[in-house]
Amino acid sequence: MTEQYAIECRQITKAFGSVVANDKINLTVRYGEIMALLGENGSGKTTLMNMLSGIYHPDSGSILIGGKEVSINSPVDSKNLGIGMIHQHFKLVDVFSAMDNIILGSHGRRLNRKSLREKIEELGHSFGLEIEPEKKIYDMSVSEKQTVEILKVLYRGAQILILDEPTAVLTPQETEKLFAILRRMKEQGCAIIIITHKLHEVLAISDRVTILRKGKSIDTVVTGECDEKKLTELMVGRPISLNIDRPRMENRETILKVVDLTVEKSDKTIALDDISFDIRTGEILGVAGVAGSGQKELCETLTGLMVAKKGAILYHKENIVGKSPAEIIRLGISMSFVPEDRLGMGLVASMGMVDNMLLKSYSEAKGPFVERGPARELAEKLIDKLGIVTPGVDMPVRLMSGGNVQKVLLGREIESSPQVLITAYPVRGLDINSSYTIYELLNEQKKKGVAVVYIGEDLDVLLELSDRIMVLCHGQVMGIEDADRLTKEQVGLMMTGARAEEVLGAGDDRVQKSDECMDAPGCVSDEGEEEKA
Amino acid sequence: MSSELIIKFLVAAVLAGTPFLFGTVGEILSEKVGHLNLGVEGMMAIGACAGFMAGYVTDSFVIAILAAAAAGTLAALIYGVLTVTFMANQNVTGLTMTIFGTGLSNFVGVYMLERSEGGTLKLPERVTAQMRNIDIPGLSDIPVLGELLFSYNPFVYLGLVIAVLAGIYLYKTQTGLNVQAIGENPAAADAAGIEVTKWRYINILLSGAICGIGGAYCSMIINSGVWLRDSVGGLGWISVALVIFASWKPINVIYGSFVFGALRVLKYYVPKNTYAIPTAFFDALPFLITALVLVIASMRKSKRSHIPAHLGVNYFREER
Repeated sequence: MTEQYAIECRQITKAFGSVVANDKINLTVRYGEIMALLGENGSGKTTLMNMLSGIYHPDSGSILIGGKEVSINSPVDSKNLGIGMIHQHFKLVDVFSAMDNIILGSHGRRLNRKSLREKIEELGHSFGLEIEPEKKIYDMSVSEKQTVEILKVLYRGAQILILDEPTAVLTPQETEKLFAILRRMKEQGCAIIIITHKLHEVLAISDRVTILRKGKSIDTVVTGECDEKKLTELMVGRPISLNIDRPRMENRETILKVVDLTVEKSDKTIALDDISFDIRTGEILGVAGVAGSGQKELCETLTGLMVAKKGAILYHKENIVGKSPAEIIRLGISMSFVPEDRLGMGLVASMGMVDNMLLKSYSEAKGPFVERGPARELAEKLIDKLGIVTPGVDMPVRLMSGGNVQKVLLGREIESSPQVLITAYPVRGLDINSSYTIYELLNEQKKKGVAVVYIGEDLDVLLELSDRIMVLCHGQVMGIEDADRLTKEQVGLMMTGARAEEVLGAGDDRVQKSDECMDAPGCVSDEGEEEKA
Repeated sequence: MSSELIIKFLVAAVLAGTPFLFGTVGEILSEKVGHLNLGVEGMMAIGACAGFMAGYVTDSFVIAILAAAAAGTLAALIYGVLTVTFMANQNVTGLTMTIFGTGLSNFVGVYMLERSEGGTLKLPERVTAQMRNIDIPGLSDIPVLGELLFSYNPFVYLGLVIAVLAGIYLYKTQTGLNVQAIGENPAAADAAGIEVTKWRYINILLSGAICGIGGAYCSMIINSGVWLRDSVGGLGWISVALVIFASWKPINVIYGSFVFGALRVLKYYVPKNTYAIPTAFFDALPFLITALVLVIASMRKSKRSHIPAHLGVNYFREER
């Protein structure tokens, strides 16, 4: 007798036009098991999961749920089969309360709020989830939102849970909490599929791992018999080094000095609260923080896109706050900005590489006409140098893959030989190979003496790549430390509001400063000032 | 102003505001599923024409209302097919609907006028009798209150009932919650198993029916049963703006529409010769206030704003 699986995918194939996203994929998950799905970008993980959740329909192959062959044509079918998917980008209605989001999509009479609240609290309790049912989503932290997502699928009685990169936006502590919940669900007999890029998490949580590469299922291994190296090899198809270099540069000098900077968002809430730090040449300054802690505003203020309410950014004693990006360039500060929103702010999605190159250099042209020649040469040079894959320099960049788009953007910025390079989440959505190319590019710039600001979310990478780490929480600087003095857990704690001196503990000579500081919420650590000395 | 005049003014305000009651509630239903329909003016014009002509031909007030609703629904169906199924740009489609609707309405009007006796179109006596003010025995006789609350034509009460029902539908039922989720975050609604396309159509068609009835009010009541071209004359546009004034709540539309109704009739009740204000100013007043409301509403930004987050954005499930 064959074993009964919760999910069994047999020879699943799905093509988009001429691109085969899934090619005869086999996958099995048992009840009471956590299965990790591992693969680079474009290896077909999301496509496969979207077929289980009813967004796509397979071209051929069969899906068996609980031993029975099924046809999943819509999210409704998927829901009825007891499959719950937690998407990477939360599918929540911001203006609704947690409760309303949880009952969304149900039919019939709307339940009495009190009994519903009790039901949800009880359900949460049984899985160790804490939740305030009446709280609105827009008031929630990322981790709280994820809790709502999980409760949403549990409320519907899902036995099969799919999580798409659930830890990408969590601090290490929050990740631990999530894993505890997943283990509890596993004990209760749920089948869980988790997609993640982080190998150590795969090793920590899963029972088995299925590896996809270029749309094919390569292998399924038992986690206990594996290590990071073997998984990477399976995933990439060849052994690669997982170390990120951190060359140490001499003669590091402060090039930009940020003093008491306070920035307000358009709705008058404080985005950056009286922060001070400096940016040095030949160094990568890593910025860590939970999403929305002021990273975006920091970038935009540095580059002159946002105006600070108070404070100064000094370049050789000249304050550049209040100057427009053009004025900053005219001062001779060449700053490059690789924004988080690549196709929104960084590049024009519908234009080709050539025209996107021109965006940076159009003002250098003489006369009223566009000179595409030099831009075309530059575009071709970048394709060669960075190994960008594209059918042609005039193809709209939105049709290129994420990694290639990022290379175009970063390449263009680097070509302008900046003194300061500001990058926000440059490897977001990129696979291991592309990510390492980007790290190398950044290191190269650092060696040239460029001051690099790296805003990142993967703490492992931040700690390995950066020389110093600045941690932001609610727009305040929790501390600035040399990266090799910090552990991931310490950064995680700082991201959720602990100050460096608390985290690093007594015995550290910097601790004394601010006992009174802890009680005053507006008070900021003077850590940054000391560092400059 | 004497108290008699004040009562007259208030009654006139209610009557002048009733088109907004229909137009705005209709537009809210559409906007709640994420579809900004700028074709309200057109759907009302089509309803105006269909209602009047049906009444003229069939002698029946009920058939007139049904025809107006059906014509509005048809117009909304065109909008729905273009924007929901073919994902055409909502603004362009809505504007087109407005131009098409007004044009079609006037065209049919001229066609019917040419075939009429004496060159005018007048609703038959039977129809006008049916849409006369409802006299509720007892209630309508109460002094002041009776005149203020219980002496209107059937359209006014129908409008009120529709507004209240729409409010209950959107804000008190599970279906309404699901429907609102579509306008806020269609991907989330889809993932939650809500049939996005189906509910978008349902709401858009309902919206068309309600707007159509509002149009019939314009052609049948406002001009006392005589066909005039352009009877909707911009009221549909104010309805679209009133959605913001009502912060997407049908219940708020009730007072909102009467405030704007009051603005429309103000010119007749301001004592003459007191101020030398040209009447053109009063004609422009509702539009001026509309512009003002829009400015104030867009200045007041907060997370809690009531505007559906995905208003004006079509939804394509497989888009990545």
